[in-house]
Amino acid sequence: MKLLEFTDKGIYCEAGDFYIDPWKPVKRAIITHAHSDHAKWGNESYLCEHATVPLLKLRLGNDIKVQGVAFNEPIFINGVEVSLHPAGHMIGAAQIKVTYRGEIWVVSGDYKLENDGLSIPFEPVQCHTFITESTFGLPIYQWEPQEQIFSKIFQWISNNKQDEKASVLLAYSLGKAQRLLYQLQDKVDRFLVHGAIAIPHATLLEEGYPLPPVERITPDTPKADFKNAVVIAPPSAEDHVWLRKMQPYSLGVCSGWMQVRGNMRRRNADAGFALSDHADWQGLLQAVKATKAEQVYVTHGFSNAFARYLTESGIQAFAVNTEYGDEEMIANPES
Amino acid sequence: MQQFSELVKLLSNSTKTNEKLAALSQYFATAPDKDKTWVLALFSGRRPKRTVNSTQLRNWCIEVANLPEWLFDECYHTVGDLAETIALLLPPGTKPISAPLHYWLEQLMRLEKADESVKHDFILQTWDALDRNERFVFNKLITGGFRIGVSQKMMVNALAQTYQIPAPTLSHMLSGNWNPYQVTIEDLLHLHTSGADASRPYPFYLAYALEDTPQALGSEKDWQAEWKWDGIRGQIIKRENQLFVWSRGEELITEKFPEFQSLTAALPNGTVIDGEILTFMDGSPLPFQTLQTRIGRKNITKKQLQEAPVVFLSYDLLEYEESDIREEALAERRAKLEELVARINDPVLKLSPVIGFESWEELIEQRLTARSKGSEGLMLKKLSAPYQVGRKRGDWWKWKIDPFTIDAVMIYAQKGHGRRSNLYTDYTFAVKNGDQLIPFTKAYSGLTDKEITEVDRWVKQNSIEKFGPVRTVTPTLVFEIAFEGIAASNRHKSGVALRFPRINRWRKDKPVDEINTLEDLKELLRKYESKE
Repeated sequence: MKLLEFTDKGIYCEAGDFYIDPWKPVKRAIITHAHSDHAKWGNESYLCEHATVPLLKLRLGNDIKVQGVAFNEPIFINGVEVSLHPAGHMIGAAQIKVTYRGEIWVVSGDYKLENDGLSIPFEPVQCHTFITESTFGLPIYQWEPQEQIFSKIFQWISNNKQDEKASVLLAYSLGKAQRLLYQLQDKVDRFLVHGAIAIPHATLLEEGYPLPPVERITPDTPKADFKNAVVIAPPSAEDHVWLRKMQPYSLGVCSGWMQVRGNMRRRNADAGFALSDHADWQGLLQAVKATKAEQVYVTHGFSNAFARYLTESGIQAFAVNTEYGDEEMIANPES
Repeated sequence: MQQFSELVKLLSNSTKTNEKLAALSQYFATAPDKDKTWVLALFSGRRPKRTVNSTQLRNWCIEVANLPEWLFDECYHTVGDLAETIALLLPPGTKPISAPLHYWLEQLMRLEKADESVKHDFILQTWDALDRNERFVFNKLITGGFRIGVSQKMMVNALAQTYQIPAPTLSHMLSGNWNPYQVTIEDLLHLHTSGADASRPYPFYLAYALEDTPQALGSEKDWQAEWKWDGIRGQIIKRENQLFVWSRGEELITEKFPEFQSLTAALPNGTVIDGEILTFMDGSPLPFQTLQTRIGRKNITKKQLQEAPVVFLSYDLLEYEESDIREEALAERRAKLEELVARINDPVLKLSPVIGFESWEELIEQRLTARSKGSEGLMLKKLSAPYQVGRKRGDWWKWKIDPFTIDAVMIYAQKGHGRRSNLYTDYTFAVKNGDQLIPFTKAYSGLTDKEITEVDRWVKQNSIEKFGPVRTVTPTLVFEIAFEGIAASNRHKSGVALRFPRINRWRKDKPVDEINTLEDLKELLRKYESKE
């Protein structure tokens, strides 16, 4: 019996009788981060990093039974040691380390290596077996340093202002949107945001995160407010009548998928910024190597290609199917 | 090169015609003259001579990026464009060189007779000298095909703004045979001289599809109806004692059709006829597949000439007695054309017959007989209209007959290119034959973006292979396939080849065991092909 098993409900630890990021309701769920494909509704109890607790409640309701733990603070579940370690993907995002009888497994959840300023940066954890994501597990995905991307975004905003257009940035409402707000706050005076972003924003402000104030867009927001404005909206707003009021505007999509021209052209966006909260190819390789794992399971993303490459480089790796998706939207790569 | 790569980026990202137009005209106003000529050439499909091939590019990229071949191929299938895949895989450049577009094109040209090692070194050094966008553009110069949503019309309009020359005149100047290595922009646009190339064709006038009933066009007395033929639209030009045959794709195809040589002597100088090249026997057209045997071959065999003889079915007269008569009304041009064809009296030069009709109702009846005549529908042309440039609404309409349809199941899927990168969008379909499924066609288009995303997700979850370009899927999804024609083919397992197959709709309501059969296809073949 392996320490962690891939079952039809999710990643399961029999010795401790708990699941990690289960996609079907279970008794005890340990959650890596608050995105909906990892934190599902209906579990009897949840365990996650302290910073994830309010986000989980926001998403799943105040009545869920949830326990918060700090990073690097081991707890024991039925004799199995469990500890959470920063994954750098978003606020509260954790890798889950499971230790039992000297054997160590780590579940990465989603992660990135770059420090976004809001989440605690990724820390590699040595283990025997590493279960990694592979959302961008092909070498065509090599991110530019975020300073360069943000300076391009800012340049684009300035150009739009000159052309008397609003700048509408599409970014995932939890994670990417806050990263934009945090990184652009010194250069932009006023942010208008979609409700899907305003709601978690309020929660995060209460929690004391260093985020700028935002104004929620409502049906009563006067059209004049959108002149030359900077607007942040979730990707689902793209084809929405909601955008009409902002005309004239320029549409910029922030997602790792914007690395490839075809994806960008498909979105009918005016600009694409390959800004991702997932590790790029080099980041994935670096993370895997830093764990010194002998064995790697590759989940959601380009799992077949990444597993094969690792195996050919001398690290035994297997692709596994899970139901984790891709919060950056656009068609999923193969699972 | 940076200026050009910025232009390409803007053009391919922008969804707004005005923005593209502004970017192009800004480019034409500021770029070096030599670069402009090249941009005109590239965006009108005139490719530079290929001195390095795609296999070499692929191999050298694998070498520089230090990747296994299979991984390169996976990347390529995901990106769907070789030039872009390479631009994304290469490590950042270290020795930047700033040079204009024509410099790189001239350098590439010099490689024509160079050894492979010289080519190798040049490509690697260039990659190292360029940024990611420039590399993409540079690779595209080699692999060809800038698909960036710039129509000839848009380019001409931009140029018209910059040079203050009317668009139709420009359009004519830019058509035909010219080589960007030799021609300067002044020559091309006759800024200094007035000489014109004898082979130069006129831009074709193209029809939009009629979506309404013909009654909406007004009185039937104002319209001329002809059959719509499915061949190669072309122009025959006789000037300075030479004959030129052009395809609508602006390709000079005189050599491919020796049948037309008799017209060199027969036609008077200063004659340009618009029409359709068709394979034709015993008074009626042969299926399009027979014409395909004549295209794409350098040397035409005697056998092909016998089995697939061509004629030129004349639609219109554009130049007559050495003058451009496109501004005259169709009725006048047609009268001259009829007189000319009768006078020449050569069996390879025919008239596309005019259909007599008293009322729209009568024409609607006639249209139903199109297929039995080997035609794909009707053309309606306004008798008082001039011959225009490009695709314009109003005076010419194509009114096709309804396509054939067959319900079929998807059995293979492949990722698409361009806008469809990293999405399974190219499918192979099968019909039933007893217990077997027989593949009979591929189809690429017809689904909405939303449906494509749904099918893509399904394919990713239900495919058998994990690597490589083609995924075998469990035969589950049923689609209605529409097509314009059917012909026997011994190159296909099903024994049939379809004309213009596409997906009509997704039949979520239809189970796999209710799809059409091979026998249904053969029935269509028996019914319709024999009459063509």
